[in-house]
Amino acid sequence: MAVDKQTVEQLAELARIAISEETVDEVGKRLGNVLQLVDQLQSVHTEGVAPMAHPLDEVQVLRPDAVTEPDQREAFQELAPQAEQGLYLVPKVID
Amino acid sequence: MHQLTIAEIIRGLREREFSSVEITRQLLTRIEQLDGDLNSFITTTPEQALQQAGAADQRLAAGDAPLLCGVPIAHKDIFCTHGVRTSCGSKMLDNFVPPYDAHVVEQLQAAGAVSLGKTNMDEFAMGSSNETSFYGPVKNPWNPEHVPGGSSGGSAAAVAAQLVPGATATDTGGSIRQPAALTGTTGLKPTYGRVSRWGMIAFASSLDQGGPIARTAEDVAHLLTAMAGHDRRDSTSLDRPVPDFAASLNDDIRGLRIGVPKEYFSEGLNAEAAARVQDALKEYERLGAQLVEISLPHTHLAVPAYYVIAPAEASANLSRFDGVRYGYRCENPADLRDLYMRSRGEGFGEEVKRRILVGAYALSAGYYDAYYNKAQQVRRLIKQDFVQAFEQVDVVMGPTAPNPAFRLNEKTDDPVAMYLEDIYTISANLAGLPAMSLPCGQAGGLPVGLQIIGNYLDEGRMLNAAHQFQQATDWHRATAPFAQAAGEQ
Amino acid sequence: MEWEVVIGLEVHVQLATESKLFSGASTRFGAAPNTQACAIDLAMPGTLPVPNKEAFRHAVMFGLAMNAEIGRRSVFERKNYFYPDLPKGYQTTQLAEPIVGPGEIEIHLEDGSSRKVRLHHAHLEEDAGKSLHEDFHGMSGIDLNRAGTPLIEIVSEPDLRSAAEAVAYLKKLHSIVTYLGISDGDMSQGSMRCDANVSVRLKGEKELGTRTEIKNVNSFRFVERAIKVEAERQIDLLEDGGTVTQETRLYDADKNETRSMRSKEVANDYRYFPCPDLLPVELSEDYIEQLRGELPELPDAKSARFASEYGLSAYDADQLTQERVLADYFETVAGKSGEPKLAANWMMGELAALLNREEKSIDQSPVSAEQLAGLIARIVDGTISSKIAKQVFEAMANGEGDADTVIEQRGLKQVSDTGAIEQMIDEVIAGSAKQVENYRNADEAKRPKMMGYFVGQVMKASKGQANPQMINKILKDKLDALL
Repeated sequence: MAVDKQTVEQLAELARIAISEETVDEVGKRLGNVLQLVDQLQSVHTEGVAPMAHPLDEVQVLRPDAVTEPDQREAFQELAPQAEQGLYLVPKVID
Repeated sequence: MHQLTIAEIIRGLREREFSSVEITRQLLTRIEQLDGDLNSFITTTPEQALQQAGAADQRLAAGDAPLLCGVPIAHKDIFCTHGVRTSCGSKMLDNFVPPYDAHVVEQLQAAGAVSLGKTNMDEFAMGSSNETSFYGPVKNPWNPEHVPGGSSGGSAAAVAAQLVPGATATDTGGSIRQPAALTGTTGLKPTYGRVSRWGMIAFASSLDQGGPIARTAEDVAHLLTAMAGHDRRDSTSLDRPVPDFAASLNDDIRGLRIGVPKEYFSEGLNAEAAARVQDALKEYERLGAQLVEISLPHTHLAVPAYYVIAPAEASANLSRFDGVRYGYRCENPADLRDLYMRSRGEGFGEEVKRRILVGAYALSAGYYDAYYNKAQQVRRLIKQDFVQAFEQVDVVMGPTAPNPAFRLNEKTDDPVAMYLEDIYTISANLAGLPAMSLPCGQAGGLPVGLQIIGNYLDEGRMLNAAHQFQQATDWHRATAPFAQAAGEQ
Repeated sequence: MEWEVVIGLEVHVQLATESKLFSGASTRFGAAPNTQACAIDLAMPGTLPVPNKEAFRHAVMFGLAMNAEIGRRSVFERKNYFYPDLPKGYQTTQLAEPIVGPGEIEIHLEDGSSRKVRLHHAHLEEDAGKSLHEDFHGMSGIDLNRAGTPLIEIVSEPDLRSAAEAVAYLKKLHSIVTYLGISDGDMSQGSMRCDANVSVRLKGEKELGTRTEIKNVNSFRFVERAIKVEAERQIDLLEDGGTVTQETRLYDADKNETRSMRSKEVANDYRYFPCPDLLPVELSEDYIEQLRGELPELPDAKSARFASEYGLSAYDADQLTQERVLADYFETVAGKSGEPKLAANWMMGELAALLNREEKSIDQSPVSAEQLAGLIARIVDGTISSKIAKQVFEAMANGEGDADTVIEQRGLKQVSDTGAIEQMIDEVIAGSAKQVENYRNADEAKRPKMMGYFVGQVMKASKGQANPQMINKILKDKLDALL
């Protein structure tokens, strides 16, 4: 029931989470256990049941179009691991 | 003074029996002396607390004090606090000091409460034992070899240990109610949308709800009255009037129809815990309530549905933690991919990573219908069970958790066993219903919780029922050995 | 073998709202980096989105203008991928339940034909920030000012059959969004961006060929060139027995070629799901009808009106209504001068040439609508000839003031004095004995053509200021008198 290594690596890539070579099997096994639990869902018929993304049947309230946010760049960039000239820095982005 | 409830503190402050500075100082000292063993706080803010307490005393003297003025509380470290580190129990946010407050924090501040600090929690609220915190596990004040439950284990343990009379918490699948049950405290998860999620770090947005943990239903009512309210910054916040939840505490509960779901007493429930819950139900009958056996036939699917929906939402909610704008960044990233992979690989703990991967799996091409969509359909079936039940009954009651507090490390190697600890609490989150836990006895020297699930926006009636039970019983007054021993020091 | 090119366009249009789609930060262009990125735009922990009502109003107006179905209920979803300009790690967009459903518009081609293009749908979504590649010690800088700016993505069916059609469609969209005032449509600032899906197939074939997607082509001219060159590449490939690979390609304007974008090749699985922080948006019938009532006159309707009201040709009417400001300019000139046809001719002739030469748009025109109307009035009342009018126009373009001022200062007033003209004609006839002789000996049929010489000479003598109708009449009388 364990999730195979290749799938674990694909998921890790999608989620951008490094998983060490030594723990891949363990992660796969545990994911497998969770999926086994989740597979119980297949035991019930749900044909015609509308999926429910929100617990309450409320609708969205829209906001008036107004600028309400002042510039707080300095406060925000104090939190940044690396920022310069008002920009957040990351390793080179290649297009 | 640390034994006082919030209601007693409100009275004492107004009658000048003590000042806010005095009680705040005493609790801060108690935290300093005792919390090293308990580990219920991640951060304390003594200077800020004493400053707030001083200001509160002035307002009290001036006679224009709001209800909670001068009352010490603590915030779960999932609520953003302006200028105070907010870690969410994670290495990822170990250095994160928000430049803004959560709505809940603003509301309690406006009500005059004094914050002593930030309580420990499972990392990103993912856990049922408080063992996934980057800051180490919290001990259960009833027995330090046992867990306090999670994810709001720090808030529950601090209240049970009488380090603070009340604390904020959050509940995505039982994270208020289960730790309340395991520590003998009273905690309430409101109707989804009652309490704004603004500034509350998201785990699973359609399930998360903030609420209070305290020692009595009356205290919970006071805290909830302050915390609840519409907030335009949260699109899912309900624009409904917030009553004074304390106003209906003494209503007559004779004739109250209590639904008892047979599925909540099936195999897997600890026998002693089951007996305590049955005793509580008998007490309600004595108080004039009427027990009605009901069925919630999809109960067994709540945990599987939850472990699709919650990880799916979490997998996206936690993508923002990428080491670019705030939070943990790995050393010397080789390139952009390496920055992401290692910052997230090193910044998140094992349980968080596992849930993100499960979520990515459930949403990925080819599995969406079988997992995510199916779980959302099952979610509707679960909600419909309750809608039907509430046509016949006023509240639903049963156990909060299948077992009293388990031992530290007992379930850490078996995530699925851990997940099943939330079997009775998860349904209320999926359906968005309000639910609470209050102590109703003990099993093997550890507290047992009674769960009350109410209809939408019916928190007042639940608190009324809980308060009436607490007027007739003493379980909520039982003091954890840790608090007792420490009190004698 | 005859090949057919099949094109579908995905066009992103930035909406002209004051604030962002989900936050109250400003959308103004050109601010210092990250000064318009608030806590929500930065995806700070615990922050939540609240959608902008005006963005929905814009999207609905667009849908109505496209004769499209309006989603009474629309749902935001999360599109998950990691990129430094995407702070949340997902883009909030719409997929299964978009705000604008299927629709249809008509495009007009240069040969005068027109065809219908089907709209698949259009949805609301948030824009990403920008990565700046100037060197910061080998790193890239991220500016999130643009992150969260509202966009509508307009997805066509693969109904376009040539690069020219694609451009006509794009221009039509441009004119609709600017007419509605929902976008400034400025392609140079990225307010309108285009991805083109291109495939080729043998004429008569029913199945679509394998397509490639050309990303981010940001001018009408480049769209045309990129599609042409990509279609040629695919045809060459197929004719050489090769196959087209489904992939994303980038158009290199300098080399006029498309090339594969390897970095985007990693198979992405976007894991869309409904955004749990946002609720379904439901729009009432009343609201939609109210907006329908607020729709301005759109290009097609305006074009039809120009043709009937002003007697313009279909082509002229169409050209003049492509841009709302151009149409407004025309109506001012036509109204003030009372000469719609002349107004159209001048706008599509001299004015278009001037703007083209100076690389200016109509709203930057050095000659105002009032000035052009004044000029036309002087032509009509005979003060100046059409030829002199061109001089006056150039002078107005150089900022020498309105037509009357230029005519006055340069002394360009047309000579309509019969005596003066007769004298000039007499002098020309006297000095052109040979030409007069020829004229007399010529066939009756050839004589009108031969008149040209004398007219030219008289014009020359009058420095172009003599009234040409008068010259013609008097000259003919005088020459015929010599027969």
